[in-house]
Amino acid sequence: MTNAMTRRLLAPLAGLLLAASLNLHAADATPMAEDPVVEARLVTISEELRCLVCQNESLAASRAELANDLREEVRKLIHQGKSDADIRDYLVARYGDFVLYRPPVKPTTWLLWFGPFALLAGGAVGLIAYLRRRAGKVDAPDLTADQRAAAEALLGTDSSQRPKNDA
Amino acid sequence: MKRFLIPLGIFLVLIVFLAIGLNRDPHEVPSPLVGKPAPEFRLVTLADPAKEFSPADMRGQVWLLNVWASWCVSCRAEHPLLVAFAKDGKLPVVGLNYKEVRGDGGLDAKKLAPEQELALTRQRAGAWLAQHGNPYLLSVLDMDGRVGIDYGVYGVPETYLIDKKGVIRFKQIGPITPEALSQKILPLAKQLAAE
Repeated sequence: MTNAMTRRLLAPLAGLLLAASLNLHAADATPMAEDPVVEARLVTISEELRCLVCQNESLAASRAELANDLREEVRKLIHQGKSDADIRDYLVARYGDFVLYRPPVKPTTWLLWFGPFALLAGGAVGLIAYLRRRAGKVDAPDLTADQRAAAEALLGTDSSQRPKNDA
Repeated sequence: MKRFLIPLGIFLVLIVFLAIGLNRDPHEVPSPLVGKPAPEFRLVTLADPAKEFSPADMRGQVWLLNVWASWCVSCRAEHPLLVAFAKDGKLPVVGLNYKEVRGDGGLDAKKLAPEQELALTRQRAGAWLAQHGNPYLLSVLDMDGRVGIDYGVYGVPETYLIDKKGVIRFKQIGPITPEALSQKILPLAKQLAAE
């Protein structure tokens, strides 16, 4: 999407959102939504959570209906004095590890966490093995004394002036 | 020739992984609630404003909890199957009417007083069932979606198969298909009924 297009699409949405939020304040004047400390925590927590409707968006960024509900829920939990870990557990209990952008390290996610390193290590071992085998293969060619003398005669070099390299 | 075999093998493995990945529905997030007790709730029923329902009322029975709403397009696709299924009377189906008013993008529920929202919910849900048929033993009204959150609902329709002890044993995400019904839900329900 181009920038201009995004702006064109977002402008009315932003207007709508503003209208909706003004409406909200007028309707039930929730002091909940106004506490900056709570809002800051809400943002920190929900940035680490996935919106299940539009899965590539965080709960903080999503405008999906469910994301709204869940943000409201998180807000409520913050007001109840729950810790960040408690709130994450609350959502994981309902929606599974998938809500976390940072999946926990446990047997089912070992492949996810350690798979890339295992692949890297496997690649390194393979590369070393390959290089070793190759180093053995490209040794100096075996020449008989006659062949060597003929080659040196053609190249115009004198073997006595150079160190022997066929060791 | 042999030197190509290993890269070719790796490539084929990658292709297989890719094929599996592409054939999975990313919207189907496995529910952590399968194998756990169905969350408790107490909600007013659609048919009778004086009556409340709780999952505990179904103890001793294998039953389905189907999340629906009149604004939900996929529910409409699923509904004839549910209606036909309910006629067979194999399993009781309880409907959880999910955010009937608030979930409808065309309505601004914030402008409604709670009793107005309740009345509108009853009217819309009732009319929809009258038009499309009512497969439900009863429906309960989850107007704000709070119960939906406890059940991990993230897209309607969703259906839970709950056993005699009140434990969720299976969750269908999205509409129930004839295959899901005959291959998964019904065999499992039969097995659970015998437990």
